[in-house]
Amino acid sequence: MPLLALNGISKAFGGHPVLNHVSLEIESGEVVAIIGRSGSGKSTLLRCINGLEVADGGTIVFDGRTFQSNRRQLKELRRETGIVFQSYNLFPHLNVERNITLGLTAGKGLSQTASKLIAIESLKLVGLEDKIKSFPLQLSGGQQQRVAIARALAMQPRLMLFDEITAALDPELIGEVVKVLEKLASDGMTMVLVTHEMRFARSSADTVIFMHEGKIWEKGPPEKLFNKPETSELASFIEAILPVNVGIL
Amino acid sequence: MLLGLIVAVFCAYARTAGPRPIRYLIVSYVELIRNTPFLVQIFIIYFSLPALGIRFDANEAALAAMVANLGAYATEIVRAGMDAIPQGQIEAGRALGMKRLHIFRFIMIFPALKTVFPALASQFILLMLGSSVISAISAVELTAVTNSLQSTTFRPFEFYFVATGLYLLMAISFRAVLGIIYWAIFIRRRPADGRAP
Amino acid sequence: MSRGLGINEFLFILESVRWTLLLSLIALAGGGVVGLVVALLRVAPFAPLRWLAIGYIQLFQGTPVLMQLFVTYYGLVVLLNLQVDAWTAVSLAFTLYSAAFLGEIWRGSIQAIPRPQWEAAACLSLGFVKQLWYVILPQAMRISIPPTVGFAVQLIKSTSIASIIGFVELTRAGQLMTNVTFKPMIVYPLVAALYFLLCWPLSLISQQLERRIDASLGIKRHL
Repeated sequence: MPLLALNGISKAFGGHPVLNHVSLEIESGEVVAIIGRSGSGKSTLLRCINGLEVADGGTIVFDGRTFQSNRRQLKELRRETGIVFQSYNLFPHLNVERNITLGLTAGKGLSQTASKLIAIESLKLVGLEDKIKSFPLQLSGGQQQRVAIARALAMQPRLMLFDEITAALDPELIGEVVKVLEKLASDGMTMVLVTHEMRFARSSADTVIFMHEGKIWEKGPPEKLFNKPETSELASFIEAILPVNVGIL
Repeated sequence: MLLGLIVAVFCAYARTAGPRPIRYLIVSYVELIRNTPFLVQIFIIYFSLPALGIRFDANEAALAAMVANLGAYATEIVRAGMDAIPQGQIEAGRALGMKRLHIFRFIMIFPALKTVFPALASQFILLMLGSSVISAISAVELTAVTNSLQSTTFRPFEFYFVATGLYLLMAISFRAVLGIIYWAIFIRRRPADGRAP
Repeated sequence: MSRGLGINEFLFILESVRWTLLLSLIALAGGGVVGLVVALLRVAPFAPLRWLAIGYIQLFQGTPVLMQLFVTYYGLVVLLNLQVDAWTAVSLAFTLYSAAFLGEIWRGSIQAIPRPQWEAAACLSLGFVKQLWYVILPQAMRISIPPTVGFAVQLIKSTSIASIIGFVELTRAGQLMTNVTFKPMIVYPLVAALYFLLCWPLSLISQQLERRIDASLGIKRHL
């Protein structure tokens, strides 16, 4: 049974359709990379998975349980998922430790001591234990993003969502973040990433999904999608993103 | 009427808010007015100035106070509007060999006023509301009239309530009228002005 | 029966500054709390609540303070049959007045916090109230300080209006001393100077704070 199943998700913004009956199944432990041009609906799809966007139509089935599109149920859905944003969205008025423990103490009701232990563990995973007392503004972009990942991981979600998390980073800082992603993937976390990082998609993703105009245009393992695209849209997209491309894995 | 007079006055102030050694004086004046209560300003004009030989009657004193008060706030507002004009326009004027005063009149005033008109409108309305305190020196205006009416009929609440409603209405109408004036002066007159927005 | 302007008269005026400040502080504190409620109503997802808040704000921003004082005092006496003393009436009136302005300031500050902050908090299992309390309000407070200080200046000046209904604060003290010493040309400028000493430093601080916040957060100001 798949961990997550989206059935016929549709979403329109102000009459303008962004998602068009999208259906998708994700197995536990699977790493899914979603690629596509801007406006293809990939971010919206991701945000529908944890209820930040409320789908107009379709259902979400998580771990066998169907979630309706109302606030309370989506709130519960959010408990199972963690998300990392493009602009990190750390809380600037709190230090790193508090950023991470806030969700644990105020959100999950854990004790201060238990939360702190979990926070330290999460920071170890991303390699930033020594920054526990720093404030977000004192950290580099890459470090802030890793803290954001730690914050999401601390909530112990079943599924992790990543919304173009390297898009706002300077090139030399991307590497440290990608390393964390690779580690997470090899540890067996179920991950869905909207990304432009093709290196990661090729090397670590189990499935790559190409979205175009609100629909899933192509779907399959990276070797297939990148080397043998079936549609012209995907082919031209790959050409635009990876100039030195075909035949090289 | 009152306000028209005030408008002319503050324009003059605004000019001197520009590059002059008099700047120091102007700034002191503005800060003084902005950091003291309107009521006290009225008292000074009405009660304290006579000692220096300047006597006003109640209405004149009220008017003087309102002019001084609005002038100060408006100077700041207009100055901000002038700051917002792109430097290029001024330089163009200078390149065309215009004298400073001319530059000011033709290039600066119009766009500056247009930009800050909303802020000015708010200030006008504040002034209108502030006028209620001139009743304290028995000048003739709405609050004073209400005061005398209510003391004769022993129904204070109703009267003040109605008066408040009238003020509110005036505030709303002022805003509407000023909006129309804005449109009439700044939007419609474009062709005669000959300048692109 | 005119006394000269001696040290006693001067001290009387100086002491009245206490009352001005006290009234201002009460109004600021009370108005801050009520203002927060107003701000939350103002952004509520429920339209009638919003209109209530908007109406309240328009009412207190669109009418003279003097009228507000009268209506509050006589409203309490006539409608609620309460015989209130000057302090209660005046404190209440100025609290309501402050609440309208501070509410708008709060609202602006809250709305200035980017949506993603709300979203990040929501994704950490925090409900609306907790999002507000732990994440949004602390940040909003920082932003709201400069305009609040600016409003404090406005408030201190407004308290002078209470003198018209006989409440003893700085301006009233000035009036009383004038009646006693017959020297308005010294008394009133003195009163003005005292207000200036109270307000001007606050104005400067507010301007400085605005500049610092603008620089560090890069928020565009409306003119």
